[in-house]
Amino acid sequence: MSDDRDELDPGARGRTILFFIGGVPLIGLLAAAMVQLPRSGAGHSLYGDLLVGAAVRERHVTDVVTAINFDYRGFDTLGEELILFASVMGVLLILRKSDEQPACDDREDERQTRRAPPTSEAVRALGLGMIGVTLTFGLYIITHGQLTPGGGFQGGVIVATAWVLLYLAGDARAYERATPKPVVEAFEAVGALAYALLGFAGLLAGLSFLANLLPLGPIATAHSGGTIALLSVATGREVAGGFVLLVTSFVEEALAERAGSS
Amino acid sequence: MSFSAILPPIPVALPLLTAALLGFGGKHTPRRLADAIAIAVATLVTCATIYLAIEAAHHPIVYWFGGWKLRSGVPLGIAFVVDEAGAILASTGGLLTTLALLFSLHYFDSVGALFHALMLIFLAGVCGFCLTGDLFNLFVWFELMSAAAFGLCAYKAEEPAPLQGAINFAVTNTIGAFFIVVGLALLYGRTGALNLAELGRAIGPTPDLLVVIAFFSLTLAFLVKGAIVPFHFWLADAHAVAPTPVCVLFSGIMVELGIFGIVRVHSAIFAGVLPVPGGLRDVFLVAGGITAVLGAVMAFAQRHLKRLLAYSTASHMGIALSAWALASPKGLAGGIAYLVGHGLTKAALFLSAGLVLHTLRDVDEIKLRGRGRSHPLVGAILALAALGLAGAPWGTLLGDSLLDDLAMKQHLHGFVIISWFAGIVTAAAALRAAGRIFLGFGAREPEAPDVGGIEGEAPETAPSPRRVPVPMLLAPIAALICGTLWNLWPPLRQSIANAAGQLADHAGYLARVLRGAQAESIAPHLAPPSWVHAVIPPLAALALAFLTLARSRLPFAMRRRAAGKLNIFWRPLRRLHSGHVGDQVAWLTFGAALFAVAFALLYR
Amino acid sequence: MTLWFVPYLVAAWLFGWGLYGIVSSRNLVHLVLCLALLQTATYVLLMGIGWRAGGVAPVLVGTHPGQSVVDPIVQALMLTDIVVEATVMALLLAMAVQLYERLGTVDPACMRVLRG
Repeated sequence: MSDDRDELDPGARGRTILFFIGGVPLIGLLAAAMVQLPRSGAGHSLYGDLLVGAAVRERHVTDVVTAINFDYRGFDTLGEELILFASVMGVLLILRKSDEQPACDDREDERQTRRAPPTSEAVRALGLGMIGVTLTFGLYIITHGQLTPGGGFQGGVIVATAWVLLYLAGDARAYERATPKPVVEAFEAVGALAYALLGFAGLLAGLSFLANLLPLGPIATAHSGGTIALLSVATGREVAGGFVLLVTSFVEEALAERAGSS
Repeated sequence: MSFSAILPPIPVALPLLTAALLGFGGKHTPRRLADAIAIAVATLVTCATIYLAIEAAHHPIVYWFGGWKLRSGVPLGIAFVVDEAGAILASTGGLLTTLALLFSLHYFDSVGALFHALMLIFLAGVCGFCLTGDLFNLFVWFELMSAAAFGLCAYKAEEPAPLQGAINFAVTNTIGAFFIVVGLALLYGRTGALNLAELGRAIGPTPDLLVVIAFFSLTLAFLVKGAIVPFHFWLADAHAVAPTPVCVLFSGIMVELGIFGIVRVHSAIFAGVLPVPGGLRDVFLVAGGITAVLGAVMAFAQRHLKRLLAYSTASHMGIALSAWALASPKGLAGGIAYLVGHGLTKAALFLSAGLVLHTLRDVDEIKLRGRGRSHPLVGAILALAALGLAGAPWGTLLGDSLLDDLAMKQHLHGFVIISWFAGIVTAAAALRAAGRIFLGFGAREPEAPDVGGIEGEAPETAPSPRRVPVPMLLAPIAALICGTLWNLWPPLRQSIANAAGQLADHAGYLARVLRGAQAESIAPHLAPPSWVHAVIPPLAALALAFLTLARSRLPFAMRRRAAGKLNIFWRPLRRLHSGHVGDQVAWLTFGAALFAVAFALLYR
Repeated sequence: MTLWFVPYLVAAWLFGWGLYGIVSSRNLVHLVLCLALLQTATYVLLMGIGWRAGGVAPVLVGTHPGQSVVDPIVQALMLTDIVVEATVMALLLAMAVQLYERLGTVDPACMRVLRG
């Protein structure tokens, strides 16, 4: 530990000591409690077994995880989707443009060195080529979550990745033009809205909130799970929109920073 | 199908739906439309939860999402178990959100409907947390509440202080949330269940280390949220920087839900295996007592009004935690009465602090000395709400009265002394600020050596003509009126008794959820509040505030000597509250270890 | 399987170092990553609990009845857990970016706006 550090942060040593006094017994007790769990690999859960047994028969769904996320415990997923929604709004709020000048400006040099080099042709060609593939793959994962591993979350993130590729392959300004924020915001909100509305549809039909309304198609087809596919698409929309918005906000911030330095 | 059979999801689903709708409009939603929609929805949620509270008076309402009920006795889906206590707290959340939105009609012009959407999402998280009967679902709503709260806390992102406050808040509370996951993973690994009632049944009667540490992990997250020492550091930082209407929700309901989370988890899962009287009681009484004293002392040392109120919240949460540790239906009743009463009066206090900020453009007690003379009404509201902290009939009267009564019967005189101390000192701190700002009493320098706080505070609203807008005045007055009803209206006292009876009835909860049994829990009989509590502590607080303000009349030498003596005491306290996120997490780790070791030793 | 407890110990280990990283961090971005490390402990714990010796993934295509399947519940829980982490990280990073704009530093020791 250098003197410089001690001077800047006089509490550092005390903090570390305090941490170790508490941390060692804490982690020890956590570990001691964990090894009292059933042996890893030999556990047993009646709940899990019941759902594994029921998912294919009752819901015509072969991916049990998706059946849990969008049906048996679909209400968790509503909350989870809105957590994402809330934090995207939080980020938009925090990174909103302010006209104020930064307080101190001794970061000029750092900005110069951090400026990105121009994108090479190879990255550009490869990136643009990958966009189509990634997008298709993401959409496939969203729509086939009930059959094979995947679903709205996983697929949504992949679709958002396609947009990030656009940023990597093109330049930031092209990316900004390709993703008008209000449109993406609306796109995302519709995903969250659709999930909540599907929940209310169950209520209106005289069933429970988020109960399945649609006929179950034959096993191993895209419409096999009833509302599961719809919920998955709604989630995919929300997640893709949300992550694109997050990336866009950070890119905008970086652009503003760069503009400020030139 | 009766109304109560479709109502339980509404308090969560309706605000979420509306938030998505507002998000769809984004910045282009007309401001007044967003106001109207948000207030309407918050009011609807309040009404729905009040209706649920009336319906749940006899036994909890069980609602299965997706229609997935029990199979072979095992819950397949997620259940909402609407009991009286949950419904009461959810309706408090709804009421406070409505008031906060009403107050903020003149706030926030720059971001369209984002603020409204986040407030509604926060409300949905509150309701979900109060009503759910599933452990993982509880975590989801807890996190939803937190995610919205982090964003709202950093609202004034153009200054560095809100960002630092929000970072401290987010980091410590997120670590707390991870402890929930550890706790539920331990329980799931042992029992294979997530439903609270099913867990309560499957956990068995004998405590071992796994059960104890699982309880510890779940509790820790709520202790952090409930700002119990030494997990309280984030509280003042977050409150000092968050916009005032947001503080209303933080102090009025979010922190209270931390304490309620402990009660909920314990009464549903652990009541059979880790009974409170066996050991837990002392741990929580000590933790609560330390929090109450330290919070009160720190509150007294502040000059930044919002920071002062935040420390007072920590102090009162200490009392609420001890209330639960008194381990009887009456103690639970006192705790619920205390939590809601405190929430309402603290909401009124923060709303008055908002009024101070709006009219006088600052919340620094010293800088504002005497500048509030032209706004006597604001000063009156602030002073009235402050008296509520000491047990005036619109504040914590019923809770104080029930708890002191019970503690005397249990020969816990220390608890009574601490609860009086906390009430009187926190109320006196707020009264002192009111006296200085609105009457110009006291010296120009702080009485207690200033322990810091942020330099001033930027106004949150556009300056308005001399008259204060009516909705801004209406909101704190409404909170005080509701507080009076809460403490004095007999039907509400019966509700509190029912809520406590249900929370104390572990077996009844299990039978209700797992077998659909309809047995009614035995509600304790609650005496009306004693007038001793309504008169003496508030008078004492007034006297203390007056003495502090009149101190400048004392001879100079005496004051200097006293200040010198006090400094020995203040300096370490100040160094402790460094605002460094690493310090806060180190204390969190240390405190967590204390609790974990204490529990492990108790149930060896 | 004699090393059955390894996942649990790894979880506790990660939890401890995640906490240490946060406590000792001198850079908010590093701090956020340590928070992520802390959370990976919960993933490892959940996966360790849900694993079944000889179990296949809970995608029931071409499995015969009686086939051992790993617990799908913990996987569903973990998915939620991941989203929670991603969102908190996004929020914290946004705050860090803004703080850097205002103060020109991301070292928690240099932020002395709030104290007492």
